[in-house]
Amino acid sequence: MPHLGAAYNLARWLTRSEHDADDVVQDAYLRAFRGFSGYRGGDARTWLLRIVRNTSYTWLRQRRGETVSEGADELGELPDYDAVDPEAQLIGQADAARVRTALDTLPVELREAVVLRELEGLSYKEIAEVADVPLGTVMSRLSRGRKYLERALREPAGGRE
Amino acid sequence: MITCREASEWVSAYADHELDAVSSLQMESHLAQCPRCRAALERVDAVRAAVGSAGLTYAPPADLASRVHATVRREASPTRRRWEWAALPGVAIAAMLAWLVVGNLGRGAERRLVDELVAGHVRSLMVDHLVDVASTDQHTVRPWFNGKIDFAPPVADFAASGFALVGGRMDYVEGRPAAALVYRHQAHLVNLFIWPNRAGTTGLETSTADGYSLVHWNDRDLAYWAVSDLNLRDLARLADLVRDSRPRAAPAGE
Repeated sequence: MPHLGAAYNLARWLTRSEHDADDVVQDAYLRAFRGFSGYRGGDARTWLLRIVRNTSYTWLRQRRGETVSEGADELGELPDYDAVDPEAQLIGQADAARVRTALDTLPVELREAVVLRELEGLSYKEIAEVADVPLGTVMSRLSRGRKYLERALREPAGGRE
Repeated sequence: MITCREASEWVSAYADHELDAVSSLQMESHLAQCPRCRAALERVDAVRAAVGSAGLTYAPPADLASRVHATVRREASPTRRRWEWAALPGVAIAAMLAWLVVGNLGRGAERRLVDELVAGHVRSLMVDHLVDVASTDQHTVRPWFNGKIDFAPPVADFAASGFALVGGRMDYVEGRPAAALVYRHQAHLVNLFIWPNRAGTTGLETSTADGYSLVHWNDRDLAYWAVSDLNLRDLARLADLVRDSRPRAAPAGE
């Protein structure tokens, strides 16, 4: 089953649920099969991930009543670098569970960009196609996503070691 | 010149080598004289390293592939046929999956042959060119190759053992003509590529690429590569059947 790993990983990160990711992937492959005759070339993985992504969002709206795609790009204040304690060490390397939690708490659009970039190795152009947004938006989402992550990973968890 | 404000917006894309050439140069000259933005770049790299090294990728449940396959297969059943070629659900699904795979081929020079064979397999399913000579009769398929290639591929039907001969065709592998025999095992199609080779006899080697199984062996003067979406165990079974069927004193060439 081609690209199943990438499809599942994306669905799992977007839905944040093992069970929902399973259903989303089945649904997405079914949609891919139905829409296959409309496939007009281009990278097949990108095409499939776009279907997985859209299926995940539909799932989030319908099953969970979550609002997505609204205002994420205008979301709150960026962490100010001057406010970051320069002495605080990034704890990420030593604490995988904490990195996972930090990524899990990112707004879904930023999480999606980070997952596609860091875990699936997609180019900005490919991410733009999957998420159906302009290239500049991908750039700003990744930039913002990483700044959120940095802040989360710098905050001391129960004091400094 | 760019400001720190712009540099701070671009630094993430710069770390990803995703800035255009002009912006990238502007960024570099800014970084050269701005320690604060250099520190920002280091922090981006640290976050990337932390995320990249945390093992965050979720692996699909072991049985998900088969469940997805079953779901798609139900959809493709004749009662729910949506377009003509869905009348052959196995082939239709294989074609779709194959198409999904094509974009993923060609990574790594050492895999070029494997990729070429998988692509050959995929192509045979895609372009309605599975076989040039469609016959389950080995006595029809074998002479068909005469005069088309300068070697005699051993053609045998193994329907009794679950691998029915579908036919044969001419193909090209690494720029030279090869015989491709097509077998069907349940809903799965197998392409068995054969061409002359001087490697002598070798044992079975198995590999997988993009979800396809490949089994390779050499038997005296011929190289064999079997490619299919079948599992490796069943594919190796076909390899054993082919190897056992070839007479020990087979005439080389003619």
